[in-house]
Amino acid sequence: MKVNKTVFKTLSLTNSSKLNASKVKLALLTAITLSLSACSSLGVEPWERDLLAKKEMALTSNPIDAALDDHIYFSKEASSGGKSFGGGGCGCN
Amino acid sequence: MTNLNKTSKQANKTPNIKAALSLATGALLGTSILTAGAAQAEEVDEWQFDSAFLLYSEVDRVTATEAIIAGTKVFENDEILSLKLTVDALTGASANGAVAQPKAQTFTRPSGNGQYVTPAGETPLDDTFHDTRVQLNGQWTQPLSENITGSVGGHFSKEYDYLSLGVNGNLAYDFNKKNSTISMGLSYFQDTFTPEGGIPKPHSSMLVGDSSAPEWDTEFAKTRIGDSDDKSTADILVGFTQVINRRMITAFNYSYSMVDGYLTDPFKVVSVLNNDGLAQDYIYESRPDSRVKQSTFMQAKYNFDDSLLNTVADVSYRYMWDDWGINSHTIDTRFTVPVGATSYIEPHIRFYQQGAADFYQPYIIEEQAPIGFVSADYRIGEMTAVTVGAKYGVVLNDGNELSFRLEYYRQTPTNAGFAELSALKGQDIYPVVEALIAQVSYSF
Repeated sequence: MKVNKTVFKTLSLTNSSKLNASKVKLALLTAITLSLSACSSLGVEPWERDLLAKKEMALTSNPIDAALDDHIYFSKEASSGGKSFGGGGCGCN
Repeated sequence: MTNLNKTSKQANKTPNIKAALSLATGALLGTSILTAGAAQAEEVDEWQFDSAFLLYSEVDRVTATEAIIAGTKVFENDEILSLKLTVDALTGASANGAVAQPKAQTFTRPSGNGQYVTPAGETPLDDTFHDTRVQLNGQWTQPLSENITGSVGGHFSKEYDYLSLGVNGNLAYDFNKKNSTISMGLSYFQDTFTPEGGIPKPHSSMLVGDSSAPEWDTEFAKTRIGDSDDKSTADILVGFTQVINRRMITAFNYSYSMVDGYLTDPFKVVSVLNNDGLAQDYIYESRPDSRVKQSTFMQAKYNFDDSLLNTVADVSYRYMWDDWGINSHTIDTRFTVPVGATSYIEPHIRFYQQGAADFYQPYIIEEQAPIGFVSADYRIGEMTAVTVGAKYGVVLNDGNELSFRLEYYRQTPTNAGFAELSALKGQDIYPVVEALIAQVSYSF
């Protein structure tokens, strides 16, 4: 009996995780579709870019700091990139 | 700082160093500015330089100094050329992978020439690390049509024992009045590693003994499988940026990275312990020869109004996962707060957490000798890390910007569920690593 119960549990777990996965996929698709269609209503007119044009509003406002940080964390941690390429470049890790 | 920027661009009373650098860069590019008339003299001034000097210093371990100079020039049709030179030097001690023991331990240097002794109760550190690296980067960016921007770049980096060559290309498409941008980039790196002492044979025992003995060289050579090895890295990055409103911009990236070749660290060993936890042997680590990393990255920038001092908030989150079983979360936040008309202060907080690689083991127990991959490198083990610091920047009278950054970085490796052996009680198996990061930057 015990063995059967375990098998049943495993099966039901697999099923529910499949269900969850498809739910997640559906939710993701919906979110992407919604956000893409919402994008056309987002944004500013060209004459409203005063603040966005400032250097500190650039996505990478200080490339030198970013390069130095990338080098440090690439050498000391198992992750790299994400914001930009995380490729090779040094024997530091 | 917008005003400050304008000022810096207008700074025609440039110091001689800038003129000299512009001349040097022009000469390197083959663009003759020596024959310059008035019009070309103006062009010389269009070079914008950013420079920085960084000191990274760990308590009792590695110290690195790094200097960067980067020049950017915008040409007539919005083409942008960026060139960057980086030089860094590394000295100090680095963890060799072995665990602390109740008695002193002797290890052979990676070169095979000589030994070093780690006192009882201390984390074994190899203090032979000295390296100098020179890196050159170039990037050319230009509009390809009204809404498409293309960019190509190259990378060269050379260390005493390491050579890295890289290329990259990127395309960006703007739409929705340039409020939305989709981009795609590819990069490829080819690295060659020629470590001092050669490439150790994975799982072979570190030879410890009298390195001046006549048979030493023959015996040491038996633990080696070659002089050098290669690694290639191919990255794909897909990005989407969206302006939300006058004060806010967001970015979303997905990246896929394939690394193939020699991914093992030739300087790292793993302690082989008996059931009590006493070291019997040290074997060279072994990692898979490929790794696929993926990551998602999200960023938002918001420019607050007067009531919050016109602060610019920069918040980002990255989730990374790979086929080694590692996953990580990174949260990075910066707040740029203007102070008066010409300066700013920028607090920075970064939080990082990673899970261990499937084959990470802090040590091996003798009777369970590994047949597969194994590494005791804490950098692929479970850990959290925090960075806290601030930057202060000021625009000088001549329009040039000077800034100072000081940060504290702390790594806290944690036990991912490995049994604690009796001899290791009281030993620090997961030592904390602390570092100070100090940086001076000057833009002219």
